[in-house]
Amino acid sequence: MTDRLEVRKTYKLFIGGAFPRSESGRTYEVLAADGSFLANAALASRKDGRNAVVAARKGFASWSGATAYNRGQVLYRVAELMEGRRDQFVAEVASAGVSADQAVAEVDAAIDLWVWYAGWTDKLAQVLGSANPVAGPYFNFSLPEPTGVVVAVAPDRTPLLGLVAVVAPALAAGNAVVALASTSAPLPAITLTEVLATSDVPGGVVNVLTGRQEEILPWLASHADVDGLDLAGVTDSDLATALESEAAGTLKRVRGPRPHQDWAAAPGLAPLRAFVETKTVWHPQGV
Amino acid sequence: MAFEYAPAPESRSVVDIAPSYGLFVDGEFTDPVDGGWRDTVNPATEEVLSKVADAGPADVRRAVQAARTAYEQVWGPMPGRERAKYLYRIARLIQERSRELAVLETLDNGKPIRESRDVDLPLVAAHFFYHAGWADKLEYAGLGPRPRPLGVAAQVIPWNFPLLMLAWKVAPALACGNTVVLKPAETTPLTALAFADICRQADLPPGVVNILTGAGETGRLLVEDPDVDKVAFTGSTEVGRQIMRTLAGTGTRLTLELGGKAANVVFDDAPIDQAVEGIVNGIYFNQGHVCCAGSRLLVQESVADELLASLKRRLATLRLGDPLDKNTDIGAINSAAQLARISELTAAGDDEGAERWTAPCELPDRGYWFPPTIFTGVTQAHRIAREEIFGPVLSVLTFRTPEEAVEKANNTPYGLSAGIWTEKGSRILWMAQRLRAGVVWANTFNRFDPTSPFGGYKESGFGREGGIAGLAAYLESSEVAS
Repeated sequence: MTDRLEVRKTYKLFIGGAFPRSESGRTYEVLAADGSFLANAALASRKDGRNAVVAARKGFASWSGATAYNRGQVLYRVAELMEGRRDQFVAEVASAGVSADQAVAEVDAAIDLWVWYAGWTDKLAQVLGSANPVAGPYFNFSLPEPTGVVVAVAPDRTPLLGLVAVVAPALAAGNAVVALASTSAPLPAITLTEVLATSDVPGGVVNVLTGRQEEILPWLASHADVDGLDLAGVTDSDLATALESEAAGTLKRVRGPRPHQDWAAAPGLAPLRAFVETKTVWHPQGV
Repeated sequence: MAFEYAPAPESRSVVDIAPSYGLFVDGEFTDPVDGGWRDTVNPATEEVLSKVADAGPADVRRAVQAARTAYEQVWGPMPGRERAKYLYRIARLIQERSRELAVLETLDNGKPIRESRDVDLPLVAAHFFYHAGWADKLEYAGLGPRPRPLGVAAQVIPWNFPLLMLAWKVAPALACGNTVVLKPAETTPLTALAFADICRQADLPPGVVNILTGAGETGRLLVEDPDVDKVAFTGSTEVGRQIMRTLAGTGTRLTLELGGKAANVVFDDAPIDQAVEGIVNGIYFNQGHVCCAGSRLLVQESVADELLASLKRRLATLRLGDPLDKNTDIGAINSAAQLARISELTAAGDDEGAERWTAPCELPDRGYWFPPTIFTGVTQAHRIAREEIFGPVLSVLTFRTPEEAVEKANNTPYGLSAGIWTEKGSRILWMAQRLRAGVVWANTFNRFDPTSPFGGYKESGFGREGGIAGLAAYLESSEVAS
């Protein structure tokens, strides 16, 4: 065996199915738990955030218009491709400072979560929808529909699993997502975007930014073309309150910070309910 | 030849309005501690009907505390089947007193007695009856195995359907085990106060329902009270925004049912006469004081002239006047302030170049009135196509293709309701899928039912009222996002 110098990866953003650097040209150092250099991650700007929203709005049209069966297969495909890169994900999660066993558990849970949500796409309307027995000669039914463009903030703790836990349910329900990865441990998120880019997720349906919450999120929270805001990973409660207040400008659907969430626990239906709208349709019966 | 209608007024003798009403707190009517008083008037005559309390800060505190105590000691621990029986009692009492309540609603609100009698009151009773049955069946609602009440619900409702909005708020809240502090609108407090008397007749435990009359300031104090666990608001988008800002970071659960600018889309194959009835019902029902009103008519270009001619012919037959007359179609505008808002927005329609048509009808000398009005030549940029008028004013736009209809219908920050008129079933489903609105009426409009979820997309608010979806707004569970 000869010593061989490894080829390192450039970690970039994921917007509209492409991998741009930040338009601002900025990066920040990502360090391992022992302080050693891991990579320079893109330090996304306000403009990157806006570009991601534009891409997500385009992606929403195709994703929400796809059949539930199709969406399920695409999400299952994400699990398949993650499985193939399992060792890489484990190494990247471990580099953020958790034990090898914990890293394996987190990656396995993240893969299994995609499988869980892949199966929900074609059941959600049956479970959340209803036929409503109105008192009159009308056929009346209610169906869940995706809210639209959702901004989701991944937590720093279990950064890969936490990211999947906020992104996958929004996608399963038919939303397009702009995700902000954990600031301190963004590398697994970027590797996940490589999986997403090759798993038939249409461009723009998921967009991933790396950078600082306090810099990017205020612009996204007040952005008129954002419909939902999942503040799962926001730890500064003043920032969370300010963001929720900004979101009121266009009546965005907001899920608050969840600092104590066990991301490995069974998620239930709450994440799927968070970003759906109920549409009710009436039609007369008669001859 | 045309036949004149003889007057057919409903008798006022079934109602007994007191000269003044205090606040209903902890099961009793009491005068405000640090509030004031205001008159409530009949908008059809400007006659003062009664004097009603304006709750102040101490009154709000007292009501919330009463609701808290009732929640912790009585209503929260009570088995669902017992709560159910109280709600069934209330439903029955409403049915028994529905004639009285309908007249009272018409006097205070200005809406035609035919509507308060045939639409509002039957729906009010139905809402309590439907939700009564949920009280002991909540674990079957698909919201997890053990859904729990939230606690004290602060509810602020508008003046367009005073008692019906009360029912939409109070019935699900109580069924789910919450207690309530409700603030009716400042111009229409009387049926809510009559409802307090129904709670007394039902022997509802004190503090389970508290009614605080007052204006916007009372509402603000109520939703900001730190002991409130849940806020439900129906009203303007602007106030909805303020409430959401106020509650940011508090974790208080919130549902908002706000404004709308619904498109009513008529295709060239629609049966014109039925569509005309639907358009009339969509925008002239309740003087257009309806958040889900079909205020934008989108008509396919090829049938626009024929449809408009037919619509104008129909509008000329509408009878505007005494709301207590059983033949009246169009009642009074609810307040001078609302009349001013309608006048201002319609003047903007004139200024921006739209063409106004007014139904030929005489307006009474006293009271607040606005005749059925149509604007044609409206573009999407006009204020009358973008802003909620909340009056009997229809803005007419045209389209050529279904794609254009969808684009125009969705070109609004609101998303409460939409209408589709066509004989083609596949087109209805195609349209219904693409319209970004919480309620889609196909070949009908403005239908409501307690089993049918109601609520908006986008800036029309969030959360649903009615049906299983409506229960989620008043329950805490592992299966409900909070």
